Amino acid sequence: MLAESLVVAGMIFVVGTLGVIVRRNVIIMFLCIELQLNAVNLTFVAFSRYVGIEGQVFVFFVIAVAAAEAAVGLAIIISIFRHYETVDVSNFNLLKW
Amino acid sequence: MAEILFFIFAAVAVGAAVGVVVSRSPVASLLFMVTTLASTAGIFVLLEAHFLAALQIMVYAGAIMVLFLFVIMLLNLGHEYQRDIRGNVAVIMGFAVTGLMGGLLVRQLGGGTAGLETNLGPGDAIDAALLEYGAVGAIARPLFTDYVVPFELTGILLLVAIVGALVLAKKAS
Repeated sequence: MLAESLVVAGMIFVVGTLGVIVRRNVIIMFLCIELQLNAVNLTFVAFSRYVGIEGQVFVFFVIAVAAAEAAVGLAIIISIFRHYETVDVSNFNLLKW
Repeated sequence: MAEILFFIFAAVAVGAAVGVVVSRSPVASLLFMVTTLASTAGIFVLLEAHFLAALQIMVYAGAIMVLFLFVIMLLNLGHEYQRDIRGNVAVIMGFAVTGLMGGLLVRQLGGGTAGLETNLGPGDAIDAALLEYGAVGAIARPLFTDYVVPFELTGILLLVAIVGALVLAKKAS
């Protein structure tokens, strides 16, 4: 089941990358980043059966970091939305506001 | 049986991942994302990562996705259906980049999936630990011995993230 898992993880990762590049809604871009993290988690778990339990420990850390990243990223989105009244990234073209 | 379940979960996961990218409404994207995460949790169970499957459902699908939903509701984006795909150049670039990535992955996997499993040996590296300590104990043991410093640092990271999120989202007075 290792090869099949790697194929599925690769497909999810590629779809997530496409979403980050193609969409302009910042929340959906952020969701697609989570999709990529999820694909990497799947790869770690698939290999952990062959290499050792450390793969699962790493997935634990990835989930914790994803939670922290979601909290900070969504706070940034709220902060930007207060100023621009939009979530379309093509409007976020100034570094300072 | 396991193979059939695996292919069902895999198809649902990939299909819902496509749904995240193509659906117009942010809420629909979010629900597709929850479907992907739940199907991935099913695959985790099939790959003998029971604790991570529970964690994925509770923390990822339960907490992080609800946080996203809160933000969508707070910013009142639930009924925003305008088209937000980038222009043609960006779309072509996106498909080129992802096509390249997918091609490289196919090239890597296409040649040696049979060799991969013979090189790595039988998939029983964690079976003994799972039998001896149970699904949670097997992952808790390395977490609190070899990886205890990263584990504590994760706690600090979460604290910093909470404080940072509060500072960023607070109304400037």
